[in-house]
Amino acid sequence: MSTATIVSLPDQSTARIPRMNFMSKEKGLLSWLLTGDHKRIAMLYLVSITFFFFIGGAMAGLIRLELLTPQSDLMATDTYNKVFSMHGIVMIFFFLVPSVPATIGNFLIPIMIGAKDLALPKINLLSWYLYMAAGMLGLYAMATGGVDTGWTFTTPLSTHYLNTNVITTGLAIFIAGFSSIFTGLNFIVTIHKMRCPGMTWFRLPLFVWSNYAASILMVLGTPVLAITLVLVVLERTAGIGVFDPAKGGDPLLFQHLFWFYSHPAVYIMILPGMGVISETVSTFSRKRVFGYTAVAFSSVAIAVFGFFVWAHHMFIMGISNYSMLVFSLLTMLVAVPSAIKIFNWAFTLYKGSITFETPMLYSFGFMGLFTIGGLTGVFLASSGTDIHLTETYFIVAHFHFVMVGGMLMAFLAGVHFWWPKMTGRMYPEKISQLAALVTFIGFNFTFFPQFILGTLGMPRRYATYPPEFQVLNVFSTAGATILGVGYLLPILYLTWSLKYGEIAGDNPWQATGLEWQIQSPPLTENFPAIPIMDHEAYDYEWLEGQKEKVASV
Amino acid sequence: MSDSQVVVHGAAEGAHHEHLPYQRHHFETYAQQSDATNFAMWLFLLTEVMFFGGLFTAYLIYRNWYYPAFVEASHQLDIFWGTANTAVLITSSFTMAMGVWCAEMKKQGALVLCLVLTFILGLGFLGIKTIEYKEKIEKHHVPGFHYSVQSFVNPSSDPEVHKKNPEDKPLPYDMARHTEIYFFLYFAMTGMHALHMIIGIALLGFMIVRARAGAYTTGHVTYVENFGLYWHFVDIIWIYLFPLLYLISRH
Repeated sequence: MSTATIVSLPDQSTARIPRMNFMSKEKGLLSWLLTGDHKRIAMLYLVSITFFFFIGGAMAGLIRLELLTPQSDLMATDTYNKVFSMHGIVMIFFFLVPSVPATIGNFLIPIMIGAKDLALPKINLLSWYLYMAAGMLGLYAMATGGVDTGWTFTTPLSTHYLNTNVITTGLAIFIAGFSSIFTGLNFIVTIHKMRCPGMTWFRLPLFVWSNYAASILMVLGTPVLAITLVLVVLERTAGIGVFDPAKGGDPLLFQHLFWFYSHPAVYIMILPGMGVISETVSTFSRKRVFGYTAVAFSSVAIAVFGFFVWAHHMFIMGISNYSMLVFSLLTMLVAVPSAIKIFNWAFTLYKGSITFETPMLYSFGFMGLFTIGGLTGVFLASSGTDIHLTETYFIVAHFHFVMVGGMLMAFLAGVHFWWPKMTGRMYPEKISQLAALVTFIGFNFTFFPQFILGTLGMPRRYATYPPEFQVLNVFSTAGATILGVGYLLPILYLTWSLKYGEIAGDNPWQATGLEWQIQSPPLTENFPAIPIMDHEAYDYEWLEGQKEKVASV
Repeated sequence: MSDSQVVVHGAAEGAHHEHLPYQRHHFETYAQQSDATNFAMWLFLLTEVMFFGGLFTAYLIYRNWYYPAFVEASHQLDIFWGTANTAVLITSSFTMAMGVWCAEMKKQGALVLCLVLTFILGLGFLGIKTIEYKEKIEKHHVPGFHYSVQSFVNPSSDPEVHKKNPEDKPLPYDMARHTEIYFFLYFAMTGMHALHMIIGIALLGFMIVRARAGAYTTGHVTYVENFGLYWHFVDIIWIYLFPLLYLISRH
């Protein structure tokens, strides 16, 4: 098989940016702020979540700088509490939850299923406005003193013992929750009702399946978080006592309600990322995803199992031994569909003609790091190990492997993969490959030492630590610096490529999805006429046949 | 342009379907549009079920833990007003359902009448709720605001309720104070329900104006239909709240 990269395929040299596309159709700020076009809303989301990512990233930088030395010297311990709380809140609610679905998903789901737009364009725009309102409220809370509950709002700490901006932040998350509900709702309706003729459920790209599964979680889980936050706010303002043991309430009930959303939220964050990986792995190995049906159903299985594992966050909080046993077992079961995905991607690679473009490098990063993150999750699922390791840096390392090593890598893979489709221009290949590599190295330097720190017993959430942990912490901080560079690079060269990037053409990757068969950037209505889907997903022979047809005309 | 461009077949080329004026551009047919929006409404109601679900869970747990407190606290609720309100709400659901029918039949005058009736009945429900809330405030049964357990540690101090429920024993203080949890749930659940009613009534006001202008009697009934779903859903929440809060502890 040839090792030439796909990027240099012939149609690129002669390609032009089409004069009519969704970006050139209307000009002016208002045409963006009042748009109903899912692609424009996706771009709005992309800019806003990047902004919040860098705010959350700055917080992370401060945390790592503080932890460079055992003493609390960069900031007071109180300030440290606020910084790590805001880091978690910003990253989870304002970056990870909307990351892939609201940007890449918003842009691509209608195109992938052959529709002109999402079913409810106004609701889609509303969801962006809610997100922005929530984000601004969150920033306001941060600027006026911050919040130091951690992102978990644990009662009675959040209701009785703190005098920070719990109510404002809670309200911000409440609003962000509705933004996420509307996105999920819109996706489900669109995927059910807007598929083009011939687009059966089992011809949907796997990206659509995984976003569908994540949407189910958003729609069913987020309202529970909303009511929980309302109860916390009521507890603080009116002292109603539903979580207050002094009045007969039960703080454990808060934990149940909170984690009933917040564990599925982990899958809201990771499932769309898995969808991205299915697309890139197939495209860059030139093979249909191995076990398409299994991968599709494993997304749904993760969504279903995901709702029955929440109490594994509560093993040290006094739940009964029997529920510990059940939740421990159920948690291990989630590893099965996740492993199905990893195995199927590996089998897709097997005997594929693999090329190593940037999206593929990020995808490899995802597969390796997510596997480590996922497997350490199985350690934590067994209650004995969990009781030993919980509240240590082992947990921090575990979920950063899944969320940063997994999800962020997948997000970057997706952004690079679909950048030519979104903007009509290629990103610069060499420097982006370098960025992917830097990210991977930086990531491992940052978070691998934290596994060791955790097993050695360093607790999380403290600004200080015993001096014997310093070496590993210095490693981690140094890694975070490298990681920071890895994240800054894409911002720079992607912005650069908007003007100076090579023109991509319709299908620079020679991929099979419907989105690659239309012009880039697409028309406002996506397709000149609604397409008919007459082949399976990832059918590379169909693509070859189409090319021959065109050539022979 | 590009030599490897793949042609996408156009579906239904030449098939001319009628474009009704209220059909949004991104839908192929009006049936698809109304299907999609209806489905979205059902999904939204599902999120509402989950939203109230948190409160119902709390109710389930605390009722089991503090059973005597919940029984005696529920005797404080006025079953007359509760029943009256249930009747008001079910009637409003009926007028709403008639409204949807009128919209489908393109009867503009009747539709406006139905919406106005629903509007008035909705306000009536809130009015009755206010009477009930007022009584709770007077008796210091609002959790968090000078809550008093007097009626439960010493039932005879509350002759009106005691007369109706002579079998109520004085509760030990430790149990009596948990009536506060009951009243919290009472206020949270009926309050959330009332909030949904207020939103519904506001939407109704908007719809009455639009209906008078003839917006819903052109054959495009999705909006009225979906609002009807919402209104019935709010009704159903009450159908669960009424027995759980008022009736379940009566004999």
